Amino acid sequence: MKRYTLFVIAENFIGILNRITIIFTRRGINIDALTASESRVPGVHRITIEVTATEETVVHLVKQIEKIIDVIKAFHHEDSGVVYQELALYKIPSSRLDGGLEKIIRDHHAKIIAAEPDFVVLELTGHKEKTRELLELLKGYGIVEFARSGRVAVAKRMLTIDSFVN
Amino acid sequence: MRGADMVVRSLIAEQAELIFGYPGGAIMPVYDALYDYHDQIKHVLTRHEQGAIHAAQGYARVSGKVGVCLATSGPGATNLITGLADAQIDSTPLVCITGQVAAHLLGTDAFQETDMMGISMPATKWNIQVRRAEDIGPAIAKGFYIARTGRPGAVLIDITKNAQVEFGKFLYEPCQEFRSYKTQYPVDLALVEEAATLLNAAERPYLLFGQGVILGKAEAELLQFLEKSGIPAASTLLGSGALSEEHPNYVGKLGMHGNYAPNLLTNQCDVLLAVGMRFDDRVTGDLSRYAKQAKIIHLELDPSEINKIVKTTVAIQGNCKESLVKLTEAIIPKIYPDWMEKFRALEEQEKEVVVQHDLTPTKAGLTMGEVIHHINRYKADDAVLVTDVGQHQMIAWRYFNYKKTRTQVTSGGLGTMGFALPAALGAQLHDFSRQVICVVGDGGIQMTIQELGTIMQTKAPVKIVLLNNNYLGMVRQWQQLFFDKRYSFTELDNPDFIKLAEAYSIKALKVSDRATLDEAIEDMFIHDGPFFLEVVVEKEDNVFPMIATGSSVEEVRLH
Repeated sequence: MKRYTLFVIAENFIGILNRITIIFTRRGINIDALTASESRVPGVHRITIEVTATEETVVHLVKQIEKIIDVIKAFHHEDSGVVYQELALYKIPSSRLDGGLEKIIRDHHAKIIAAEPDFVVLELTGHKEKTRELLELLKGYGIVEFARSGRVAVAKRMLTIDSFVN
Repeated sequence: MRGADMVVRSLIAEQAELIFGYPGGAIMPVYDALYDYHDQIKHVLTRHEQGAIHAAQGYARVSGKVGVCLATSGPGATNLITGLADAQIDSTPLVCITGQVAAHLLGTDAFQETDMMGISMPATKWNIQVRRAEDIGPAIAKGFYIARTGRPGAVLIDITKNAQVEFGKFLYEPCQEFRSYKTQYPVDLALVEEAATLLNAAERPYLLFGQGVILGKAEAELLQFLEKSGIPAASTLLGSGALSEEHPNYVGKLGMHGNYAPNLLTNQCDVLLAVGMRFDDRVTGDLSRYAKQAKIIHLELDPSEINKIVKTTVAIQGNCKESLVKLTEAIIPKIYPDWMEKFRALEEQEKEVVVQHDLTPTKAGLTMGEVIHHINRYKADDAVLVTDVGQHQMIAWRYFNYKKTRTQVTSGGLGTMGFALPAALGAQLHDFSRQVICVVGDGGIQMTIQELGTIMQTKAPVKIVLLNNNYLGMVRQWQQLFFDKRYSFTELDNPDFIKLAEAYSIKALKVSDRATLDEAIEDMFIHDGPFFLEVVVEKEDNVFPMIATGSSVEEVRLH
């Protein structure tokens, strides 16, 4: 089992995400993370799915996804084949702000993106390991909320979306 | 134009001559429109939506056209689900149109509202909800295109009631292509060369053909390939009919209850050429011991089927109508007398142990096999055999003499009991002049027996042959073989089927002894109109050969 990133280029139609996710549901495969957004071509969506599975399973999944009528193209890469990032937000009570926390923020290159009387919100962009490491440290500072985005990724391969869409 | 009229006009534009359905609140505007177009499109009112969709499937399977059915929202729509799943797994082209509550009521738990998009998604090739009148034509055009092209399948179009009653502009344009959907795959000639090299060097090549040959209209191409290559060929359940069983290369049927030689010798061939089939688990048995010795060539249209179950040596993607021609050109003519002889020798063993028992029984009780044997004596070459699911299905398949394409209608992948009666109705309504023989068991027929009413109303001259053993026979067989004869809930107290058929004004006859069987079958075929023949068969007979679950094809049992 390895971690894979699946890229799906699809028409932006109602229900397309459901059509994709039921392929995983039917086979009892968990989706680790999923993000969907517009691509740079209007009307075309790109969906990035992170999954832990065998190569054989992933190849099968990709073929099943590509079989969906409104899917234009689907492909997969191992971690080494993609450049990816995740964004994490951490909410800390303002009362816990001290020199130690400031050092942690600086050391991790995190940013304070909101400072309210009751709480501050930190932002960190990076791979899961990095955002998790910060989470562990912030547990000592009474962290009240943590949210992490799914993987946003681009493939290293020099293929452009136009080659699929046209 | 009103949305409901657009629906009917679109169906007419797609040359849907005959549709099946059942009205209800949310589809009433379309039914109202149908009233105006009854001279251009015929509608058959079934007795249940499941009957409508199976009838549409039967119609599609014999005609090669897209089957169409109509239903209302809520329960009407959910009653289609079994048929959608059945059509999808057996690659039957189908367009189902369901009514839906008005757009402003969506998601409010309105009367007869159900999330048909969500429910039908896993059971369809494509589905869409239409909420505006002007979107009706394009949705139906796209639906028909998707249902019939590529690997055919089931399409559901859910149309809200407001879209049916609102007005809009209508100009029907058939769908030609769109960017996310590929239907054509050019055959890779380099791969054809590779496959031909394997075949030319083979000593024991073996061809398996499936329904892909029929769907790809490649029957003639298969025949030409076989004549030149001299390779023995076996059929899957749904492939039956693609090649006449009288052809010298034909060696029989594959699968759990197929023939002895075709299963056993799968593990002795050196090159296995699979054409338009998908290595169903009922064909392969234990996959870890399936054709491991062979190089495998797969001719297949659907890319997701390639390497899905069996790892291929060479996979040629594309319509087998094209790839078979290229392969025929690339191979050298050969014959394989010794290899063919192996098939024939095992066939003799099967005849002695199984066929004799089935066709010339020594016991008093009638066997299912002898009924089919007598049917063969009177049936036309292009007669359609429609079967349900269970023992009778396997026996009828084993002994029916398939000579022409599109003569086999059965629920293969899904195994839907209750399929046969409505499917036979649909097959018959496509062509009144063609013999349609509906072979059913006493379990399955009672799942959709209400369709006798539709047969009565349409006067479709279906020949219904009920093989009655007062059991859910296949389940009982498994209970006998694998559950220590614990016959848990498989015995049936049945109604008087003859009275039931007669209540629907269908001529009916019951046979329980050998002396009157042949005459009864002759009478059935002579009778002008629908006929119900009940044959009381041996209560506890089994279907053999058999590959038990978890066994390898080479462990196929004769008894």
